[in-house]
Amino acid sequence: MSDTPRRQRITVEDIGDIAVVQFVDKKILDEQNIAMIGDDLFRLVDELGRRKLLLNFSNVEFMSSAALGKLIRLHQRMTQVGGKLVMCAIAKDIMTVFVLTKLDKMLKIVKDEQTGLNSF
Amino acid sequence: MSERHVTRDFTLLSDLSEVHRVQAEIEEALQSNRFGDSDVFAIKLAVEEALVNAIKHGNQMEPDKTVRVGYSVTDEQFSIRIEDEGLGFSPAEVPDPTAEENIERPCGRGLLIIRNFMTSVDYVGRGNVVVMFKIRDPEPAE
Repeated sequence: MSDTPRRQRITVEDIGDIAVVQFVDKKILDEQNIAMIGDDLFRLVDELGRRKLLLNFSNVEFMSSAALGKLIRLHQRMTQVGGKLVMCAIAKDIMTVFVLTKLDKMLKIVKDEQTGLNSF
Repeated sequence: MSERHVTRDFTLLSDLSEVHRVQAEIEEALQSNRFGDSDVFAIKLAVEEALVNAIKHGNQMEPDKTVRVGYSVTDEQFSIRIEDEGLGFSPAEVPDPTAEENIERPCGRGLLIIRNFMTSVDYVGRGNVVVMFKIRDPEPAE
């Protein structure tokens, strides 16, 4: 088994009982990377028991439909465990994708991190 | 930055890691032809979705199957042709991902995204070839 450390793709800051997640890479939410990032996000819920997740997209410049699928699954998982998922600071072009796919109606999306923290 | 009309034709392996390389090339060509940020985003996204579809759904990720790509960038438009070796499909039979019964499905949004972010999209032959183009926005928002 390899001893090579796994590259960190998200950072997590705890503000009270809310886990605020930032993405490390700018163009990360594409088909190749989203599987690994998804693993990290689900680990927060399933292994670390986090029930309040705020995803801060301020570092994200690009996102494909693969990421949308992962976010839907994460939202579903949070709902199953009685938790809440909020997303904030989504760039204009990426927000267009959420609106086009009508996922802005299903997922909780707010303007900025403070608004996100206040929404729990 | 000077304009540099670009035309390229090449073959990709059915490997998702190839998508990044193609996107980076196209982005550079778009920027040298004064495409704005939103146009670049739209094209990168549509290209990603189309290439992933070709590799995952068309070629079923089979390593012995390839994807043929040809693209052109001028100061007026971007165009691309993507051909996989799969059986093809009918776009009309793809369910509407925004319908209430489909909204929570984790997949199936690629075609919707491609159609809405490009000026024109056509599926050719048995459906294993997609041809799309985007006209450059001459006054991109600052």
